[in-house]
Amino acid sequence: MKLLASGLQLNRCPAASRSMGVRFRANGFAVRCEAVALPRRYDHPIFAGYALRAGSAPSTARPKATPGAEPKTKEPRLRRGKATASHRTAKPHSNSPLVKFALAMIPLLLVSMPAIAQQKSSCIECHQRLEDPKLSAPAKLFDNDIHRARNLSCNDCHGGDPTASTKEGAKDPRKGYLGRPRTLDIPAYCGKCHSDANLMKRFNPSLRVDQEREYYTSVHGMRLKEGDQRPATCISCHSVHGIRAVNDPLSSVYPLNVADTCAKCHASADYMRGFNIPSDQFANFKTSVHAKALYEKQDLSAPTCNDCHGNHGAAPPGITSVANVCGQCHARQAELFQKSPHKAAFDQRELGECVTCHSNHAIAAPSDQLLGTSQGSLCINCHSPSDKGFVAAGQMRSMIDQLIASIDSSSQILTRAERAGMEVSRPKFELKGATDALTHARVLIHSSSADEVSKVVVPGLQVAEKGYQSGVGALAERTFRRKGLLVSLVFILFLAMVVYLKIRQIERKATTAST
Amino acid sequence: MSIQSITAWLDERLALSALAKIAEKKEVPLHRHSIWYYFGGMTLFLFAVQVVTGILLLLYYRPSAENAFESVQFIVTEVQFGWLIRSIHSWSANLMILTLFIHMFSVFFLRAYYPPREITWVSGAALLIICICFGFSGYLLPWNKLAFSATKVGTEIAGVVPIVGRPILRFLRGGDEVTGATLTRFFGFHVAVLPATATVFIAIHVLLVQLHGMSVPPKLIGQPVKKMKFIPNFLLRDLIGWILAIGVLAALAALSPWELGEKADAFAPAPAGIKPEWYFLFMFETLKRIPAKVLGFDGEVLGIMTFNFVAVLLFLVPFIDRSPENRRRRLIFNIVGVVALLYMITMTVVGYLT
Repeated sequence: MKLLASGLQLNRCPAASRSMGVRFRANGFAVRCEAVALPRRYDHPIFAGYALRAGSAPSTARPKATPGAEPKTKEPRLRRGKATASHRTAKPHSNSPLVKFALAMIPLLLVSMPAIAQQKSSCIECHQRLEDPKLSAPAKLFDNDIHRARNLSCNDCHGGDPTASTKEGAKDPRKGYLGRPRTLDIPAYCGKCHSDANLMKRFNPSLRVDQEREYYTSVHGMRLKEGDQRPATCISCHSVHGIRAVNDPLSSVYPLNVADTCAKCHASADYMRGFNIPSDQFANFKTSVHAKALYEKQDLSAPTCNDCHGNHGAAPPGITSVANVCGQCHARQAELFQKSPHKAAFDQRELGECVTCHSNHAIAAPSDQLLGTSQGSLCINCHSPSDKGFVAAGQMRSMIDQLIASIDSSSQILTRAERAGMEVSRPKFELKGATDALTHARVLIHSSSADEVSKVVVPGLQVAEKGYQSGVGALAERTFRRKGLLVSLVFILFLAMVVYLKIRQIERKATTAST
Repeated sequence: MSIQSITAWLDERLALSALAKIAEKKEVPLHRHSIWYYFGGMTLFLFAVQVVTGILLLLYYRPSAENAFESVQFIVTEVQFGWLIRSIHSWSANLMILTLFIHMFSVFFLRAYYPPREITWVSGAALLIICICFGFSGYLLPWNKLAFSATKVGTEIAGVVPIVGRPILRFLRGGDEVTGATLTRFFGFHVAVLPATATVFIAIHVLLVQLHGMSVPPKLIGQPVKKMKFIPNFLLRDLIGWILAIGVLAALAALSPWELGEKADAFAPAPAGIKPEWYFLFMFETLKRIPAKVLGFDGEVLGIMTFNFVAVLLFLVPFIDRSPENRRRRLIFNIVGVVALLYMITMTVVGYLT
């Protein structure tokens, strides 16, 4: 039993083979004991008293589950109402060595049985052999499916009897065989489990169970409900039979892959023509600052399609409209905008809050050029020189430009001083305060108030000026040092010369004395 | 009380006139290699500069991970002429190592270690090791990123030595990692242990030089050699060198102040392309280029053990090459010395260029 406790493979274990062979022949299984690896979790006392479900233990060839998606509940899935054995039957009631040995073999039998049983799935065995790729692909893809990693098998979705050796037996409707679901039924098909909180918590307690309900609030879901079979369903995004965890980089819904997954339909002009919507979102998104962060910096927190549009519902959870999504990340800007005079004006003209200035999919990195009253600024699209907004835009831009210029000149002089070997790390660090003020000012322009912007620009200018003065001081100090060096060198050389003359005098005296 | 009476009082107690008579008799041989005699005195002078500037730095320096960097920053920015003292301390340390190497190689090639000067050589070799330790321990004290990384790499190299390496590493670092404990330790070594040891060895070294006098190269033995009075002729020439050295140090400090860098951060990656101080560079470059496996041995361990072996050989030089009579051995020693010098120079240059 030490072998079991340590979770080692049961290679060449005649006793185990005998025990399991007797057990499984009765069920029509072909048992090969040496192919079974026993995970540690099955020898834990927590399983005492549970009837383990056939097909619940992993095989040695099973791919390792993604760490982040590992279910916190370590128990194998239980077969509902079909107990095949129990630890309770293993209670010793005799001291006979033979009985002891038999009893000792029972836990081994219990933990080995599901793993062995999983290897016998007539669905996979048959489908893998089929020549038609449409029929063999599901069995092949299923090897990498997260459901398989969670010890689920074909019959858990499609019903039927995987232990049957004939096609008719396996697909017997009396054994719950459902077959391939209709497109219209797919959300409910997946929702059987994914909407069942009690069931899902066994696999992943943190996983939401409202995907199906959310889906029907989306345009996809609403159209599907109306009988339109073209919109995306669960399998359109998550794939089918080869479904991977969201945090698996190979998953079609991994953050780096989401846009490509959506683009399969939304970038197809032919497909989208039927819905009368554009198909340039993906191309636009690829040019955006968000895409740069996501693909170039590999910043997985950068938004992709589902972060604004929701992944199952019409908008991300807790968001009433896509138009409000920006504020989830850019909270301060959104808050300032809500309090600004722009809010009412935008509402009145039914303009999108953020997208009017920043666009929606092709969001470029914000630039100061967007602000102000010069050519190229966005403010002049609505404001004319006679209104207050025009004046405020000009003032805000002027203050920001002034701060930028001040920071630049301070930075340049400090860099010059640093290159001259002066120690200016402290003023350089302090200058970051001005840079912070600039960042803050750029956020505050969303208040549309020049007074608010000046509250941070003025202290920022003071910090930048202090940095500039430190640079001036450092360069003056450098000049002082060079002048000081010159004076010192003159004195040093003079001193050396005096000593040299003294030596000559002494040696001349000595020569004269000797002659 | 007149000056004469004070001198008489001191003479009675310190035997000044006797010492003056000895000094008056001391002479320095004059030949075409006499120039090398000045490097010993120059090294001693730079050591004295180190002591004086080091004491001044101690007035403000605070040896802890929290305060070390800030205190050095304070010295170079706020304290009057603090920048000068700190830069002179750093530059003179480097010049001292340079003059020490020149002194050592000149003594080696001029065979100034022949009997009875073996102990003089051994004490000099010990002073070389001590000065290198001074450099290594002092480098960490400003607690900047470069120093932190260099100490990490340096102590790791020490840790590679079989058997004793790991305990040495833990002893040097005051734990498994370079932390504030390492800084405190290095400060202790730099301002207490090493100066005390150096003082003893310098005393022995200088005393032995006075006892045996200046060595004359073996080639010139038996030939008439001119002599120069040590006091005042040689000493005044030494003084010119020292005065000029002060000028060089002042110029270096004013024109190229020793950088402070950024404060050490244990969680930050080591700065790209970091290199140790120039006097460690030939060893660093060797360890970098040595193959991972040499004759089945770990290349790095083999390299470090070789350097240790060479250090031991350095001490044994006067006991291996004992007489000018053995011409073959003299030739071998000359070749070994030239090869070693060329190797050090080449690897240092390669280290800087790559």
